[in-house]
Amino acid sequence: MLEIRNLHAGVEGAEILHGINLTVNAGEIHAIMGPNGSGKSTLAQVLAGHEAYSVTEGEVIYEGQDLIDMDPDERAAQGVFLAFQYPVEIPGVNSAYFLRTALNALRTARDEEEVDAIDFLTLIRDKLKLVEMDEKFLKRSVNEGFSGGEKKRHEILQMAVLEPRLSILDETDSGLDIDALRVVANGVNTLHSADKAAIVVTHYQRLLNNIVPDFVHVMLDGRIVQSGDKTLALELEEKGYDWIKEEHATHSV
Amino acid sequence: MSSQTQELETLATSDYKFGWVTDIEQESAPPGLNEDIIRFISEKKNEPDWLLEWRLKAYRHWLTMTDPLKRKKSEQWAMVTYPDIDYQSIVYYSAPKQAGDGPASLDEVDPELLATYEKLGIPLEEQKMLAGVAVDAVFDSVSVATTFKETLAEAGVIFCSFSEAVQDHPDLVRQYLGSVVPHTDNYFAALNSAVFSDGSFCYIPKGVRCPMELSTYFRINAANTGQFERTLVIAEEGAYVSYLEGCTAPMRDENQLHAAVVELVALDNAQIKYSTVQNWYPGDIDGKGGIYNFVTKRGACRGANSKISWTQVETGSAITWKYPSCILQGDNSVGEFYSVAVTSLKQQADTGTKMIHIGKNTRSTIISKGISALLGQNTYRGAVQVLKGAHNARNFTQCDSMLIGDQCGAHTFPYIDVRNPSAHVEHEATTSKIGEDQIFYCNQRGISTEDAVSMIVNGFCKEVLAELPMEFAVEAQKLLGISLEGSVG
Repeated sequence: MLEIRNLHAGVEGAEILHGINLTVNAGEIHAIMGPNGSGKSTLAQVLAGHEAYSVTEGEVIYEGQDLIDMDPDERAAQGVFLAFQYPVEIPGVNSAYFLRTALNALRTARDEEEVDAIDFLTLIRDKLKLVEMDEKFLKRSVNEGFSGGEKKRHEILQMAVLEPRLSILDETDSGLDIDALRVVANGVNTLHSADKAAIVVTHYQRLLNNIVPDFVHVMLDGRIVQSGDKTLALELEEKGYDWIKEEHATHSV
Repeated sequence: MSSQTQELETLATSDYKFGWVTDIEQESAPPGLNEDIIRFISEKKNEPDWLLEWRLKAYRHWLTMTDPLKRKKSEQWAMVTYPDIDYQSIVYYSAPKQAGDGPASLDEVDPELLATYEKLGIPLEEQKMLAGVAVDAVFDSVSVATTFKETLAEAGVIFCSFSEAVQDHPDLVRQYLGSVVPHTDNYFAALNSAVFSDGSFCYIPKGVRCPMELSTYFRINAANTGQFERTLVIAEEGAYVSYLEGCTAPMRDENQLHAAVVELVALDNAQIKYSTVQNWYPGDIDGKGGIYNFVTKRGACRGANSKISWTQVETGSAITWKYPSCILQGDNSVGEFYSVAVTSLKQQADTGTKMIHIGKNTRSTIISKGISALLGQNTYRGAVQVLKGAHNARNFTQCDSMLIGDQCGAHTFPYIDVRNPSAHVEHEATTSKIGEDQIFYCNQRGISTEDAVSMIVNGFCKEVLAELPMEFAVEAQKLLGISLEGSVG
């Protein structure tokens, strides 16, 4: 589904990613871990197409197409979804309107018919249950005055409505209490299927107790320095990142 | 000019959908302004002597006034700049040519004119119209048709062109004309009083709730012509009316002057709701062409418990200079001002309101949303005055500005003058920028940049749009999106 080859990218001339290689197949969940500043979030933003980041080398092939050439909204239409670490507030635009506009934009891009307000309400009621959110959220302005946990559940709600093929979750667990964490993980697990894939970016192992990854990658200084299965995450939890830093430092010398 | 600017220009100007010209034979006065021209206009309209005298008095007063541009710098308070207007090169009267006294019914209206309004989305044939909205169509200097007159007459409501009102209801016109905006008020109001050619007249009798929305659609068509209309709305005791106006003009390279006067009078327990969606041609990104929209709008809450509410969505015009205001004379009267002003391209807007509290327990609310994009300059200017006798007066003002891009400007000038210690006056102001992050967030959900801007802006203006009647709100939302197309990205 996704093939990242030797990806170099950065912001305002400063390179942050120094050659990322990663293959993600349908049905797989990949966890990307690493200490602060290792480039995890940059990778997520680059995949989603944030214009502040420029790709200087390498390529990203998604479903046989060059992802880097696509505008962010085209990527979304192709099924790429980013759950934001810091979801943005849009005052005066209620969540229901925002979600329906997004869904219809995607449907139009795929030559499908738009969903009217009534059908949308039926659809969203189902999805709300999944993230244990009350219907009154739909009337609130997007992310305005939401608590940290509400924002993250709202991200998963959007994922449930838009049904992406490739979901990238950028530190979705940060700032969550244990209940919200369970809800978010449950949402992600329920939405996962054999024809979908997810990349879960996280600082801590605890999310991975609930969302079990097929692969775990460790990023350090803009590179993936180690990959393994879920036991790698447990090892990191136990020993921290220092041993990898040391090992990597030895390797580079 | 960079290719990007060119692209933006093409995008932005090509989106003005009303820029075409109707090819119709017009009868015009020669350009220029003097007493003979005023006599010509008055004669064309077969006006009584008192009205001609009123016009001449205004004209003579106008001659003694100083053009705002020629005042001392310290007295030029509006944040707008434009080249000198040559008042002698303007045509003050232009009307579609017609035989006889003008159309008695819609069947007699020139089909070319009906087609014009149809193309503007305002079909004048009653069966095609939005149910519940009566329209007065003003084309250059004259009203060409008023719909649903009979239906309204059954309720006792008078809704007609100003010219007709002068013929059919001279006493009402004489009683109220200039009673809210005197001819001495300001330079453009004086000019209007001298040369006004048509406009709408509404009279709602005592205790009547007007059964439909009343609206006027203003269209400037002829070149080198100014439009100087006059609107007068009178709500007698306990009456209610909702009035809407819309405006468009062809794309022309020269600037055209629109100097209107609107007067509203609300007696005891009466309510007037006045909504404007202004979409005059804004000119291009170099500031070439576009309408100078220099308008005086004022409402008098003369009666106790009366209410006047102004809602405006200003997206067009090269320059907008207007301050729809309320004189809160009656005890417990209420004034409201809800405004969205968009300046994109090289547009300038200096707009806001005046709330003058005279009566006891008078209340006013001001919600202003200014949006600036490209090279647009947007100024909110508002005055809240609480006079000595206005015990317990209340005002709440909220003034929000949004910037799109880094070459536009937003300015806020609130004036507060309180002479009664029991008054409560609140002012809140914010300035925000449409963030790249907001747009990226929308993009990431599949929403295109243009749709995202439109959505964010509409969210920003929500409180004001909610005040518009339904059909207008939908139009206004679309218009906001169109006006800002090409301003991002």
